[in-house]
Amino acid sequence: MNETELKALIIRQIGEIAPEIEPGMVGPDEDIREACDLDSMDFLNLVIALHEATGVDIPEEDYPHLRTLNEGSAYLAKALTG
Amino acid sequence: MPSLGADMAAGQIVEWLVEPGDHVKRGDIIAVVETEKGAIEIEIFDEGKIQEVLVPVGEKAPVGMVLALLDGTADADAVSPTIPTLEESVTEEPRPLDAASPPETPFPATDTAQTTSPEPSERLRITPTARRRAAELGIDPSTLSGSGAAGAIILADIEAMLPEVATPTAPPTPEEPADRKSAIRHAIGAAMSRSNREIPHYYLGTTIDMEPTLNWIEATNKERPVTERLLSSALLLRAVGLALRQVPDLNGFWEDGAFRPGEGIHVGWSISLRGGGLIAPAIHDVDQKPIPQLMTEFRDLVKRTRQGGLRSSEMTDATITITSLGDQGVQSVFGMIYPPQVGLIGFGKIYERVWTNNGMIDAHRVIEATLSGDHRASDGHTGGQLLSLIDRLLQEPSKL
Repeated sequence: MNETELKALIIRQIGEIAPEIEPGMVGPDEDIREACDLDSMDFLNLVIALHEATGVDIPEEDYPHLRTLNEGSAYLAKALTG
Repeated sequence: MPSLGADMAAGQIVEWLVEPGDHVKRGDIIAVVETEKGAIEIEIFDEGKIQEVLVPVGEKAPVGMVLALLDGTADADAVSPTIPTLEESVTEEPRPLDAASPPETPFPATDTAQTTSPEPSERLRITPTARRRAAELGIDPSTLSGSGAAGAIILADIEAMLPEVATPTAPPTPEEPADRKSAIRHAIGAAMSRSNREIPHYYLGTTIDMEPTLNWIEATNKERPVTERLLSSALLLRAVGLALRQVPDLNGFWEDGAFRPGEGIHVGWSISLRGGGLIAPAIHDVDQKPIPQLMTEFRDLVKRTRQGGLRSSEMTDATITITSLGDQGVQSVFGMIYPPQVGLIGFGKIYERVWTNNGMIDAHRVIEATLSGDHRASDGHTGGQLLSLIDRLLQEPSKL
């Protein structure tokens, strides 16, 4: 998956957790948790969903890399190629 | 129709999961009911055979109305927790639902009709559903002999008149989102107005050092696959459960002018709904479950709260409630008690601040824990014990 596809994946998974969020409502450099009002349980579920979709094991100390769509997709892309 | 909270007036039957003749036991889910707080699965609290379903899918019933008849050992009992006599259930038409006037006190629970001497009556013994169905089909019920308890005409007697009955099932019309939103605001408003009117609250607060707990979680989560990682909420929950074991005066209900201790420690967790409003369903026996299990149940509970599928026991069993607003960046919360409970524990966000210990200055991550207590049931002294116990337990997370 490239970064564009990963971005779409993240948005799709956010939609599973916060159904009222539509693509385009979250800017690429916006803080996802703030913009979508995700609590720690929602965020954990997002991490689990991304792990299940990509196979990337996202350790807890890497959670800050999933702050925005741009950073998150770059992080996952790197983990997938590296 | 069971009351699924101090604020509920009525519910709409969305689905029946049993039919006449089915054998049920305590804890079985028999129906799904739509309330202002979403679709709730209704559990039964008795054992026996379903004799008749009285309220069809799509229909709204006020709290206290009999939903179905249960044929127990020898007597016919009503499924609803509030048990009317059979006499009442067969002769009374469903009361019209009037949101402005919630149903008065539930029917008194009395012995079943078999033990009361039935007075000679001209009235036809027929259940409301059977009467309605008979009217739909144009059948005169007085020409039939009933096969229900005490000779009452039940739905099966009516259906038996037709060789092939294709029962039209009208899909229930779910409420519009706008209605749902105003309904839940109304429900919360009713419960909190009652809380404010009836409960003399006292408030306590303390700052808890979270370094030990958070370090323990971070170390534990390194070993765990992402699907099994823990959140600090699970440890807070566990600490509250264990502390309540030693301070039982805050675990229970204020009812009829007296404190009734909770049977078990069932902690309600306040979960905000994405469309607005909140529900505080219970996690059962928190003091008896290890942390990983609490975490799994907590995740499942949040999911079902947001997507539907809460069970009636989860709506009614909470003996105390936790509200945690830390994710919203709030430092401390002094909440209102959800009646008839007598305590509410609040947690704010975890934040870093200067911490002194034995004359040493350090930076520690801390959390503000608060307690709202019902002064009729306990005093600040008891409440203070609870908060300091929670604090102490969180200093040794490996023992939780």
